[in-house]
Amino acid sequence: MSSSQVWSEDSGHDGNVHATRKYAPSPRRGEGWGEGLGWPCPPLHQGTFCSDFTQKHSSSARRPLTPTLSPKGRGSDIPAMNYNFAFLDEDTKRMLRRALLKAVAIPGYQVPFGSREMPLPYGWGTGGIQVTAALLGPDDVLKVIDQGADDTTNAVNIRRFFARVAGVATTEHTADATLIQTRHRIPETSLREDQILVFQVPEPEPLRTLEPREAETRTLHALADYGLMHVKLYEDIAQYGHIATSYDYPVLVDGRFLTSPSPIPKFDNPKMDHSPALMLFGAGREKRLYAIPPYTRVESLAFEDHPFEIQRWEHQCELCGSGESYLDEVVVDDRGTRMFVCSDTDFCGQRRAEAQA
Amino acid sequence: MYVAVKGGEQAIARSLELLAEARRGDTAVPELELAQIREQLRLGVARVMQEGSLYDEELAALAIRQAAGDMLEAIFLLRAYRTTLPRFGYTQPLNTTAMRVHRRVSGTFKDIPGGQVLGPTYDYTQRLLEFDTTAPAVVTPADAPLPLNMPRVLDLLDAEALIERIDAGNDPEPMDLTREPLMFPADRATRLQNLSRGDEGFLLSMAYSTQRGYAESHPFAGEIRMGEVDVVVCPEELGFAIEIGAITLTECQMINQFHGGNGMPPQFTRGYGLSMGEGERKAMSMALVDRALRCDELAEANVAPAQNQEFVLSHSDSVEASGFVQHLKLPHYVDFQAELSLLRTLAAQHAADTDEQLSSVVGGQRP
Amino acid sequence: MSALLQVRGLSRHYGQRIGCEDVSFDLHPGELLCVVGESGSGKSTLLNTVAAQLAPTAGNVRYRQRDGKWLELGALSEADRRRLAREEWGFVTQNPRDGLRLNVSAGANVAERLMALGMRNYGQLRDIARSWLERVEIDATRIDDAPTGFSGGMQQRLQIARTLVTQPRLVFMDEPTAGLDVSVQARILDLLRRLVNELGLAAVMVTHDLAVARLLAARTMVMQGGRVVETGLTDQILDDPQHPYTQLLVSSVLTT
Repeated sequence: MSSSQVWSEDSGHDGNVHATRKYAPSPRRGEGWGEGLGWPCPPLHQGTFCSDFTQKHSSSARRPLTPTLSPKGRGSDIPAMNYNFAFLDEDTKRMLRRALLKAVAIPGYQVPFGSREMPLPYGWGTGGIQVTAALLGPDDVLKVIDQGADDTTNAVNIRRFFARVAGVATTEHTADATLIQTRHRIPETSLREDQILVFQVPEPEPLRTLEPREAETRTLHALADYGLMHVKLYEDIAQYGHIATSYDYPVLVDGRFLTSPSPIPKFDNPKMDHSPALMLFGAGREKRLYAIPPYTRVESLAFEDHPFEIQRWEHQCELCGSGESYLDEVVVDDRGTRMFVCSDTDFCGQRRAEAQA
Repeated sequence: MYVAVKGGEQAIARSLELLAEARRGDTAVPELELAQIREQLRLGVARVMQEGSLYDEELAALAIRQAAGDMLEAIFLLRAYRTTLPRFGYTQPLNTTAMRVHRRVSGTFKDIPGGQVLGPTYDYTQRLLEFDTTAPAVVTPADAPLPLNMPRVLDLLDAEALIERIDAGNDPEPMDLTREPLMFPADRATRLQNLSRGDEGFLLSMAYSTQRGYAESHPFAGEIRMGEVDVVVCPEELGFAIEIGAITLTECQMINQFHGGNGMPPQFTRGYGLSMGEGERKAMSMALVDRALRCDELAEANVAPAQNQEFVLSHSDSVEASGFVQHLKLPHYVDFQAELSLLRTLAAQHAADTDEQLSSVVGGQRP
Repeated sequence: MSALLQVRGLSRHYGQRIGCEDVSFDLHPGELLCVVGESGSGKSTLLNTVAAQLAPTAGNVRYRQRDGKWLELGALSEADRRRLAREEWGFVTQNPRDGLRLNVSAGANVAERLMALGMRNYGQLRDIARSWLERVEIDATRIDDAPTGFSGGMQQRLQIARTLVTQPRLVFMDEPTAGLDVSVQARILDLLRRLVNELGLAAVMVTHDLAVARLLAARTMVMQGGRVVETGLTDQILDDPQHPYTQLLVSSVLTT
């Protein structure tokens, strides 16, 4: 018996699987979540979404069982039998989906949500994990990257978590994934309309370092009063001759909300503009969700005479020869010898495989 | 030749094995039983329940054992488990006046109706390490049983109209901070909820700061009481209240001097603290911070850190703080690379500017 | 000419205590009105209430916008209040440190309001900032220096440049020269007089100093205990004070 079969039984997905997928915003958007409706049309037209969802998932059927107190399963990769599909209970997922719908309807706006305490620490991706948990269906194929790589420890750990609590298929290939959770990068491979990119966000408020008071930053957003951010950019140029922000470079979404792209390098910012894939952002500790719907205008802030520029390298990737990807610098010996390689390990691997074929 | 690092998955698996071994320690020593932790480390259990927001001694003991005694990790474990628990309903407000008191002291009056009841306290132990604890404890029975409804010290002041009246009937329905996000400005019920889940060490320091001039404070410990309180729910399908059990609580009511303002006459004001189990330090700290956070309502100058609700409430939670501080050990290669390349650009430019200045100086000296 | 600002029966109380009580006046374009009184006379409360930074207890304030429409300030949303403060008004605080961003350069301080209005050309922002620094007699080479290194008088002149750079229609000033040396005060007053004339500013300025009123204001209002006790042309008030309190103020200036 495969672990995913175990899961459909334990989590009460038997018999209801199709209903779930029909009403839940699974990444298979062809089944009623906006495809063919001309994104970025807000999917709120499905007024039945929430109420139907509640009925189909009467709470008692999917209460998690009380965990046993035996140490079995602790620290191992045995499926975590006593938890609901994708860990969160269905009511919580519904709350998350509602918040996500609101986020999609108001691109770039930070939606406060009842962030739950997850079994991974705050600051380690709890926001992204909750968004992923709310979206995952049994047929999803999940990819998790951290720093562009599938094999960094935190990416491995989050992928393991969902393999344990949801039993979904996982992949390292960007093109094969329906859902990609990421920390600090956007994959080099172009994304498609039928993919969702979920970002882990440590600090959703782009104005936070300039204005610590939450009540005030919310007001500034409400009034689209963003002079303060330009003061920061002005000051960078005055002091350094450049805009000295190299990652988490602020963007204006759909000409309205100043938004943090999460700490991706500014190299990745242009990939957000009119992206075919839906981009969702989860900040668990700060309890905010936001979204950039497909094909939305995303501008990186700049001055007319100091336009936005991305990082460039004098090197090419020493493994695959790519000259247009974001490069990691690797120290290869104790004499300080450096080499540059793609930060996106899947992209690099694919290129090398193609070169060999 | 360089090969991209692989094997994160295996490394994690090995690390977990090492952790399990380290946690267990020498297998010649018997493993701690949960009952031992529950009975003999009860103050640790109380703290984990309080900050884990879950009154369950057995699970708290389990968490403490699994966390190898790291209280913040145990609190985190309990919180994450709590997330998965169904919410059956909300209890009626706890009636702490009807507490079956084990301890009750006041710093404001020498003698009070019901008496000063020390109960089990570390206050007067003289802190000498006891190398031999094998002798069983002998407890002398009390001369007379304590009154069932121990009168409240603050009610004595209330009768004289010297202390602010709190009309419980006017309280708005409290929101549930574990289901809804904290928003600012937060009302008092929300603030108290946040403080009660807050880290004891953080609250202790904040409270301490109010006593050292970082806020107008002038507190007196009006009353501290600890004992059992019945938990009552009123299920919709029954339509009447039923007791579902009793829990141990520590409650602190601080009395603070107030010179009047915002339309209120000079009177004593209140600060409130409540903690599950025996948690006197926590309850007292909470009461001081609660009072400091009422500065706007009482038209006091809002100048000290402990009075700034965004500062206090946003940083009180140990699970949030611990996660975010420690997330710095996660890989930041990509951002660091971005900073590296920026710094190289700036450094190169700085060097070029310096050269230019140097050559212009040299040029100026030419005849 | 139609008024720019109409204040009618304006009161602001703090609980039982009176901040200001039943104040009425009109302010016309290009006019500088001084509100004079001792500390505690309610003049700062009046200024903050007129500038919609405090909610009035009674009365109302109307302001005629650039487009000619009258706005009832009491009914203003937070969004509109901030828009006005950004686009049409300026506020100069007594302590320049309250009105400046001390952690960014002088140039950024001057350019901030321009950027808030949407100007996005760095070179132009620099040019305007330099010319304004010169206008307020700050060496333009100090454009990239932090104001923390400036003297009190320079900081106040920087605040004036930062406020006036967008050419506001109405400026509120709260004791802009108090706390400065007498010689520094004179230089700033002189600067203010010149700028007010050049820009045709309308302004309400609060001061405890009758000499300031004499130098700058055509019209003066004298306050005591939250109420206006005398109002009129500045020269008239100073040369022929009618109210006993004004007489006392004037004589105390003359005897010191």
